[in-house]
Amino acid sequence: MFGYVLRRLAVAIPTLLLLIVFSFILMSLAPGGPFTGERALPPAVLANLEAQYGLNEPLWRQIWNYVWNIVVHFDFGPSFVYPDRSVNELIAAGFPVTLTYGALSFLVAVVLGVSLGIVAAIWHNSWLDYLAVGVSIGAQVLPNFVMAPLLVLVFTLWYRLLPGGGWSFNDPSFWIMPVIALSTSYMASIARITRSSMLEVLGSNHIRTARAKGMPEHRVILRHALKPAMLPVISYLGPVFVSMITGSVVIDIYFSTGGIGKAFVDSALNRDYAVMMGVTILVGALTILFNLLVDVLYAWIDPKIRY
Amino acid sequence: MVIDQKKMQSLSDRMVEAEVKGRSPWADARRRFFRNRAAMLGLTILVLVTLFALFGGALAQWSNEELDFSVMGRVAELGAPSLANGHYFGTDNLGRDLYARTVQGTQISLMVGIVGAAIAVIVGTLYGATAGYVGGRTDQIMMRAVDILMSIPYMFVLILLLVMFGRSMSMLFLGIGLISWLDMSRIVRGQTLSLKNREFVEAARATGVSSFRIIIRHIVPNLLGVVAVYATLLVPLMILTESFISFLGLGVQEPLTSWGALISEGAGTMNYGTLWQLAFPLFFFVITLFGFFFVGDGLRDALDPKER
Repeated sequence: MFGYVLRRLAVAIPTLLLLIVFSFILMSLAPGGPFTGERALPPAVLANLEAQYGLNEPLWRQIWNYVWNIVVHFDFGPSFVYPDRSVNELIAAGFPVTLTYGALSFLVAVVLGVSLGIVAAIWHNSWLDYLAVGVSIGAQVLPNFVMAPLLVLVFTLWYRLLPGGGWSFNDPSFWIMPVIALSTSYMASIARITRSSMLEVLGSNHIRTARAKGMPEHRVILRHALKPAMLPVISYLGPVFVSMITGSVVIDIYFSTGGIGKAFVDSALNRDYAVMMGVTILVGALTILFNLLVDVLYAWIDPKIRY
Repeated sequence: MVIDQKKMQSLSDRMVEAEVKGRSPWADARRRFFRNRAAMLGLTILVLVTLFALFGGALAQWSNEELDFSVMGRVAELGAPSLANGHYFGTDNLGRDLYARTVQGTQISLMVGIVGAAIAVIVGTLYGATAGYVGGRTDQIMMRAVDILMSIPYMFVLILLLVMFGRSMSMLFLGIGLISWLDMSRIVRGQTLSLKNREFVEAARATGVSSFRIIIRHIVPNLLGVVAVYATLLVPLMILTESFISFLGLGVQEPLTSWGALISEGAGTMNYGTLWQLAFPLFFFVITLFGFFFVGDGLRDALDPKER
């Protein structure tokens, strides 16, 4: 097991380095540097600016410095547009918020989705099943950027129950709508996957054996059906994580929660490449780390995987 | 005894026919597909939406760029949907006709979806078929590259691309196409692996057909079923991706518009009581996604009967 984790890490780290190098090369290829504005700067000023940000050095040297600073000092460099702010500060300000509602949404999507799927599979073809399938089909076409306005419309504008935006770590009423908006469509997908894999497992031989020997139904489901039925769900968690991080951009913009998505879109509109790359790399690192965790979890649950 | 003429006729017809005609798997699949009510509903929706995109503009009384100065500034009171002043779907916040804008947005969103899926299908099929057919080390390297690309949060990279190289339609197509073929290539590779040891491929190889021609002429046509199903499911994903980016204001630029951009505009102004600006684009967005998902599911069920 330990060896397996090490081997996976050996793939993950080069991947991350590749992402850094790739985005850096992209940045240097982009037409117009960060300092090309509507008014052309005098060459002397431009040279000074480029020297300050190290842009006058050869490309390989710039990449080396950038990677070195990130790996050794965990320093993503200064923002190109706001000279007094570093990328680290921008990320540090937004990340706790994103993490809070992101983790909550993930939990909600997984717990509700799995329960819904199991209930639908156990009472297959009952009204509960139809309800679950209906909910999951409906939620499939309600991505976060559709859910967010609809929620605000209903809960803020019509019923005036919840604040329409903003963020507070102390007041959970600010968390509700971001979590619902972010988790709904993934909850639906997880429910669908759970339902179909649970149905398949429930029809398999070892379940028939367990029932035949007189095991109580709840033990059959919890002990024998749940574990194999979870495998497809676990392999789906990686993509869910990625989409949720991506979706958090919409949440940050629409609910003004102030997470890293806001920093990302602002920097995109300002062409502040340093911040964009910082966020992309951070998100990439998180994604790779999470995929690693999922793979390890999968290998641990599935006895058929040899590592 | 009365003999039922009709039944006798049908019997004789039956006897005249030389033998029972075999049904090809494709005909079988088509029958199953047309019997699937959800899929037929989805197909109907898609046909209607396509007709709306193609010919809806002919019914518009205003162009999508024209400002209606008579409602400008008082959009909430005067800009509501009405048949009288020709704004069937009302106007947007600047006084532009929302009907014409929705037609335009539908055209662009559908185009992005279809072109994005087409790029994914072409690149993914060729890549996956090549990797699967060649096999060995080449296959390993090619699929490892796909693994690496898949672990990248592509939406961020896509936005990075769009910002750095300009937010044009072609860049959007390129960016969406660049990332969408990964899943496709995996599916196709798996299918190719199981195809490449069949007799007809062996026969082709024995007669000296080149690898490239085998892939194009013998492998790819046999992948068609899987590819078709996946492509149908890919189109709504492409539409979602584009709408997501446009919702953030980073996608298509004015005067062009898309569902995502229209939904974003509508969501921004619903506070002022102009709900129709959200409702109409959202309606088209949601029913189209439904349509594609239903048709995709129906196709999968039809082509893969054991899954039912």
